[in-house]
Amino acid sequence: MRPENYEARRHPPSHEYELNIGPNHPGIEGNYAFKLRLHGDRVIEGRADAGYLHRGFEKLMEGRLWIQNLAITPRICVPDPAPMEVSYVLAVEDLCGLEVPVRAQWLRVLQLELSRIAAHLFTFGGHAATTGMYTPMFWGVADRDLILDLFEEMCGGRVYSIYNIPGGVRRDLPEGFIERVAKTMDYIESRLPDYDNLLFTNQVFVKRARDCGPIDQQQALEWGVTGPNLRACGLQFDVRRDDPYLVYDQIDFEVPTEQAGDALARALVRRSELKQSIRIVRQVLAHLPQIPGPIRCPIPNPLAWNVPAGSTYTRVESSKGELAWYVVSNGSERPYRTHVRGPSQMHAVQVLEKLSVGCRIEDVAQIMFSLDACPPEVDR
Amino acid sequence: MSDIDYADKGGLLNPLKSLLFFARKPVTESLDPRPASANYRGFHLNDWELCIGCSTCQKVCDNAAITMVRVPGLPEDPAKGIRNLRPAIDYGRCCWCALCVDLCPTGSIALSREYVHTCVDSELGSYFVLPDSKGIHGAPYPKGWAKSEDADLVALERQPMAEAVPEVRIDNFEEIVAGYDPNQAIIEASRCVQCGMCHDACPTHMHAPEYIRAIWKGDLEGAVREIYRTNPFAHTCGRVCTHRCETACSVGHRGTPIAIRWLKRYAMDAVSPERVKAIAAEGKAEFVTGKRVAIVGAGPAGLTAAYDLVKEGHEVTVFEAQAEAGGMTRYGIPYYRLPAAMLDRDVDVITSLGVRIQFGTRVGKDVTMQQLQSEHDAVVLTIGLWMGRSTRVPGADHKKVARAVDLLRDVAAGVKITVPRSAVVIGGGNVAMDIARTLARLQKQKYGDVQVTLTALEDLDHFLADPDEIKESLEEGIQILDARGPQEILVEKTKAKGLRTWRVLSIFDEQGRFAPTYDESDEQIHPGEMVVEAIGQAADVELLGEELKESLEWNRGRLKVDEHGRTNLDWLWAAGDMVRGPDVVSAVADGHRVAASINEYLSVREKAA
Repeated sequence: MRPENYEARRHPPSHEYELNIGPNHPGIEGNYAFKLRLHGDRVIEGRADAGYLHRGFEKLMEGRLWIQNLAITPRICVPDPAPMEVSYVLAVEDLCGLEVPVRAQWLRVLQLELSRIAAHLFTFGGHAATTGMYTPMFWGVADRDLILDLFEEMCGGRVYSIYNIPGGVRRDLPEGFIERVAKTMDYIESRLPDYDNLLFTNQVFVKRARDCGPIDQQQALEWGVTGPNLRACGLQFDVRRDDPYLVYDQIDFEVPTEQAGDALARALVRRSELKQSIRIVRQVLAHLPQIPGPIRCPIPNPLAWNVPAGSTYTRVESSKGELAWYVVSNGSERPYRTHVRGPSQMHAVQVLEKLSVGCRIEDVAQIMFSLDACPPEVDR
Repeated sequence: MSDIDYADKGGLLNPLKSLLFFARKPVTESLDPRPASANYRGFHLNDWELCIGCSTCQKVCDNAAITMVRVPGLPEDPAKGIRNLRPAIDYGRCCWCALCVDLCPTGSIALSREYVHTCVDSELGSYFVLPDSKGIHGAPYPKGWAKSEDADLVALERQPMAEAVPEVRIDNFEEIVAGYDPNQAIIEASRCVQCGMCHDACPTHMHAPEYIRAIWKGDLEGAVREIYRTNPFAHTCGRVCTHRCETACSVGHRGTPIAIRWLKRYAMDAVSPERVKAIAAEGKAEFVTGKRVAIVGAGPAGLTAAYDLVKEGHEVTVFEAQAEAGGMTRYGIPYYRLPAAMLDRDVDVITSLGVRIQFGTRVGKDVTMQQLQSEHDAVVLTIGLWMGRSTRVPGADHKKVARAVDLLRDVAAGVKITVPRSAVVIGGGNVAMDIARTLARLQKQKYGDVQVTLTALEDLDHFLADPDEIKESLEEGIQILDARGPQEILVEKTKAKGLRTWRVLSIFDEQGRFAPTYDESDEQIHPGEMVVEAIGQAADVELLGEELKESLEWNRGRLKVDEHGRTNLDWLWAAGDMVRGPDVVSAVADGHRVAASINEYLSVREKAA
């Protein structure tokens, strides 16, 4: 990604050496390289080197019909695809002035929160794996699979749900789905003590994670940190609460924070958010039966759909932080320009580069996973 | 803030807790194979019976994963909007978004509840699949993601067309249909999925997808340009076309077809006549060839041929017996369906290109065919079907028994006719409706009420007239009696009294020949001071003269022509209703056909000399 990564470098002093972490590395969620300059096992400099997953989505979207882009959006961040979809359709709806039916908004919240739970289960499992503990990872992935089962039923796809469409959602819930979600939520909630025992209070993990990659509040603001990483520094900001979209203003939930700003604090914020998301899902389940359809407002033929000229920035709170689409329309059948404001861009590049300096080599992967940086979203 | 108090929980004995897990079910366990959930987006299923090969799936596919493949064994019928194309899926490209399902006009595509396809290297071709209702592996997996009301992206409902209510329209000849406003037109145009079925079904293959798209984009001149590529009778066809395009429209399979005819009308009405003339003149030859073509009859076929030939640089003269151009569209179609001013616009465009029309010149009387032949390089006969056929039942030759075409012509030409107090029309086609509705209007004007009875051999479900015509006729107070066979026209010395009919049992015999059978016990008498026959027309070929008639080849009373519209004489072509049967747009198509043939003939002769 950066030209200097490909330039011939001055030969390092004899006591320094270079090490590549990635582009294939178990401590990284996707193909992403991090070039370290080391002195012994201390990191002197870290250089992010993205681009291995670059698929040119933003450019690709300029050549496709507004509705065809629905299939691209969830692919930007694989572990947490729902926010990508929702913020894109929110952008199109904003430009078109579409009134989304209330039921569709609640269904979107359901999808978003289930996706958040799945993403957090994935992340803390991965975080544990970077400290050498693989059981939480297996558990996290296995329990995430139960959510994917729900997505399969609700959206038709396990990972790339492609559930949203400008104007609403594509399907209503199948018969008996609410009970099955409730059951899965009960199960995941019953697993939380297990996770606490296995990971969050496990001293092997706690001692490794504490004071690892700390961010203070000033740094967090300067570096553009958002989401759980920001809240782990004691700054209570959540797009769902502070700039509510969909029906989040009608939902009761807390925004958990920690003070320390280190890897442990970040893991604990996610752990607390799991509980909040389960709480939100339960509220949605309680509400949905009383909210009648439709699930979509009338929309034009997708093959002949000009979105009025204008630009918009629609943000949502993804499991990784503030995610937004900046979409520009020149009034034609295709976007003039789209841009993703992804949280991982900040977390995986500027924050990780800064945090890795001075830490030990074995903590680099942990810092990256504790930041929950998603390489496909950096590259997109 | 946190849900757990992690600082206190750490302890030496903590690891021993994990022993408890020996007593619990494992978290990561293997699952038995199972079908996917009911909404799953698996592999494609395509019901070939429902699929019409419209290729909308291909158009909406994000990844160009769909290729339309011709399947020769399947039926193909442009008139019904059926192609033998079926979508083949490249699973190396497909992303299983199911937009193909949601936008399928017929609902033939679905996705299955099947999870897995895999293969060895040598079978990589197995990722390219032409799915039928058994899917990728030929195994009957149940349907997963399928068309549902929730997810349907096809706009099935047509924009309503404003029409004059019966009370307003019944006593005058003002146009009934109001036309779309710009907003309606854009919404209606946006429904089109650009499948091109309309283009295939149209006799003159109008570029309907292109002009609909141009209307949607607001480029009305672009729309007119597309329309004039194939049809110089655009105002006329925008109003009275038999719209086979709409019969073939793929959206019509589950909903109402796109109002292609009304959209054409909208585009034509919205652009000024001067601009239409300028657009129509685009591409006109800048040279003259010096060749002269005579066309007999200024109807749609003749004028279309004239339009094409003049654009090629030939000199064209049209000989017309009537005082105005348009042929049957002017003298056969009542003004409430096609106002004369709109027809004038079409004719003006054609004459503005240099087509000369000699009005009031009856060929065979004022000028002979031999003269035309000697003074021109080619001659086209487009004389239409101007002789009304008779039922030949007793009384049919009485002077109070009229033919619909004659009456309609007189009304259109402003000739004063005696409006009967009551009238009976024989026939169930559009011409019968036209004369019935015309008489109804005249009666309403003169007497204040309507006493028109229409009898037809067919039952209402098999009427030849458009359903709209039947509906509007009933609204206007016309009594329609179906399955009635005329037996006798009751006449006195100077007056007609009515029509005696029997109920029809069947119209055709087992070989499909016309041989009506009747229930003689069900006899009715329909009183009427005038009886009008509207059971079909024939060409009046007397103008040819005996000698020419003898030298031409005929096929069951119709002039025989080849596929280019040329007769067995190398200087004579024939086109329009007289060879194709009555239909405006077919006449236009025929006009193009003979013009192309004549142009080729004239050009070839140039080279040889």
